[in-house]
Amino acid sequence: MTAPHHIPVLRQGKVYQSLDVQTVPKLGTDEAAAEISFACADMIKYDMHKMGSAREALKKFSCEELVAITKKAGEYFLEADLPIGTTGALQSPEDYVLSLASTSGLPHALIRMNMTRLGGIFGQIDDIFQGLTRGLDWAVLDKGYGEQGGAPVSFSPTTTELAVILPSNSPAVNALWIPAIAMKVPVLLKPGREEPWTPWRIIQAFIKAGCPPEAFSLYPTQHDGSGAIIRRAGRVMLFGDDSTVKQHEHDPRVEVHGTGYSKFVIGEDEIENWEQYVDSMVESVSANSGRSCICTSTIVVPKYGDEIAEAISKRLAEIKPLAQDDPDAKLSGFANPKFAEWINEAVEQGLESKGARDVTAQYREGDRFQTRDGMNYLQPTIIRVDSFDEELALREFLFPFASVVECPQAEVLDKVGYSLVLTAVTKDIEWINQLFDCPHIERLNVGNVPTNRISWNQPHEGNLFEFLYTRRSFAFAETA
Amino acid sequence: MTADEAKSQLDDRVREMMAWHFSEETGTPFWLDWMKEAGWDPREEVKCSDDIVKFPHFQDEWLRDEKNERFVPNAYKGRPFNIFETGGTTGLPKQRVGWDDYKHDYEQFSDQLSDEYFPKGGNWIMVGPTGPRRLRLAVEHLANHRGGSCYHVDLDPRWVKRLIGRKELDQVERYQAHVMAQAVEIIKHRDISCIFTTPKLLASIGERISIADHGIKGCFCGGTSMTPEYVRFLQEEVLENKALFVPTYGNTLMGLAVSIPEELPENNYSVTYYAPQPRAILRIVDPEKTEITKDYGEYGRVELTTLTHEFFMPRFLERDEAIRRKPHARYAWDGVGDVRPFGALTKTVIEGVY
Repeated sequence: MTAPHHIPVLRQGKVYQSLDVQTVPKLGTDEAAAEISFACADMIKYDMHKMGSAREALKKFSCEELVAITKKAGEYFLEADLPIGTTGALQSPEDYVLSLASTSGLPHALIRMNMTRLGGIFGQIDDIFQGLTRGLDWAVLDKGYGEQGGAPVSFSPTTTELAVILPSNSPAVNALWIPAIAMKVPVLLKPGREEPWTPWRIIQAFIKAGCPPEAFSLYPTQHDGSGAIIRRAGRVMLFGDDSTVKQHEHDPRVEVHGTGYSKFVIGEDEIENWEQYVDSMVESVSANSGRSCICTSTIVVPKYGDEIAEAISKRLAEIKPLAQDDPDAKLSGFANPKFAEWINEAVEQGLESKGARDVTAQYREGDRFQTRDGMNYLQPTIIRVDSFDEELALREFLFPFASVVECPQAEVLDKVGYSLVLTAVTKDIEWINQLFDCPHIERLNVGNVPTNRISWNQPHEGNLFEFLYTRRSFAFAETA
Repeated sequence: MTADEAKSQLDDRVREMMAWHFSEETGTPFWLDWMKEAGWDPREEVKCSDDIVKFPHFQDEWLRDEKNERFVPNAYKGRPFNIFETGGTTGLPKQRVGWDDYKHDYEQFSDQLSDEYFPKGGNWIMVGPTGPRRLRLAVEHLANHRGGSCYHVDLDPRWVKRLIGRKELDQVERYQAHVMAQAVEIIKHRDISCIFTTPKLLASIGERISIADHGIKGCFCGGTSMTPEYVRFLQEEVLENKALFVPTYGNTLMGLAVSIPEELPENNYSVTYYAPQPRAILRIVDPEKTEITKDYGEYGRVELTTLTHEFFMPRFLERDEAIRRKPHARYAWDGVGDVRPFGALTKTVIEGVY
């Protein structure tokens, strides 16, 4: 048995081995997958005073150079052997897959899919930059001012660092901070306890590609450390539920990525063709093991609710807990086994109502809650609900789960509430216009587009450039 | 002193204190009444330190529920006393009476301090809870005893605990900044070479100024438990390895248990504290069967016994747990290491608030 890798603290790129070391076990075993150095909250506070020098290190590069570095880093992330731990060991892409699988419960196939997705972020950084800045010539950020669309523009940074409190359940969320480097803003990352692997590997890829190490701080830390980061950083991204969103809703420094409540809606003009959209609905519910906020959690149709729920259930029942290395594995185990129990209890509680029925139950093998290879799983679940009043009508869980509800098209916008992504299958121009007007929809797909398919050059939840920079007006005195 | 000599000295002390606190001439009313109710005479039954387990655990509620005069030994009757408080976030705080114990404790502690880092004649600053606390007089006495004066910056930990309980963490930071601003002004503008404060306040001062560059050579710290990593952070980064960090463990009821600061780096900053024997005893006990002392290297609950003429407190169970450590060449009795809140691994404890 080889010794587990030690993931140290990175303080502006410098390795720091803490005396507070915690072990992350391989799921379902007592074997250590990694030892992680934990930083104390006060150390993080000290370091945050010095983040200005990290930004200075990035400012020595032009945006064009940083874009090129980001692209190169993407290649390294996907293909290179990169440093891991503190002993000079290297991690191949396959090692990364195995390490992440061992602590997160994610199947190898899903990790590879997420890798590809992250690789896409690196590779499309120039498009993303253009999308987020609405076509800004990136030399404007080098010089501090310039022109955009014929108008003078100047942008100043809102912060010396972008802090991100990362979750343990989805490596793809690292996509959100990658573009910050090309925008010359250093990152301060607090990894999820079971998922230090992805931020670490991305950082190493950036450094190998020529990015100054000072741009990267990685602080595994306890709750008080996270609190210090959230209270002190100039800009913070974090992930949480509705209560977390509410806690920070009036703080412009904090961008909370909360529950998505994404929806797949079919219009009255297209409902007779519903069978054509089953593939899209299945993908929307189950992609990335249903863990993303862009996965559909509610399907809204004017009629055929029972038939649609049955059709999707049959397909989703094919997704079962498989061995993590099975290439067909699409369902992720839970890194925290208790989560699976709590979620299952919440679903069962909602099903106590007469107006909610678990349609998948008749098609899947065994109960929703399953144990395999020492990990807890929840099998996909479609709930047919009588109305939006049902407890499970507008719920989102960390597994392939959706409700199906019938609702007249005219009432849909009043009933569905906030949606991070809403796919509307319709050609009804009047309704499409109403959908575009609706302020509660972050990203709108018109037509047969699964909700999980997004484009990174159009932010679906906050605009990173507008988060990190603010526009100022300026003038130079005319010289004789 | 050898371990045998230390044990013999402690046993002598135990017999002396039994004779003192349980005789009508010198004894303490509280303990004299307790003896009548218990139906046995500690002067006959408690002949050595191992016999202390014959007493039940001291309940600190007695220090709130009983009148303070009940803890005045008859030998000191009529002599005005100091009242020192502990705890008391809400309601009536627990109070201990005293006269000169704090002076003895801190003079004994002074003998352990390095003159290089705590220069004789140097001025001190105390940043932390003052008011009705023993520490306020004790630190000033320590400074005076070493030939210096002491500046004070006050802080109300009861208010901070309330803020934390209400999750008003922004207010906590504001209050801390208010305290820090005062401390920094004094450190910047007065000639100060030694500081007493709590770990978190020390870190907070260090965020604002270089403590060592402002002339402070030695820092004596106490108040909350510290992980080895945090001790290392304070020594290497907050004090920049220029000033000496001296962690201590203690409370109003005991006095000061000392550590060996110069050995911290070689011990990976794991702190071991040694009680001021024979004036007090620290024992690491099995939390379920507290008469059993844990083996060396094992975690257990901290049990504290105070044996002074002013105050007898047998077997008080602290709210901490620690590792039982072997005696050191300098202190020939058991130490307690890596102190942390009791049950820290199983529950959230509000601790280290200032």
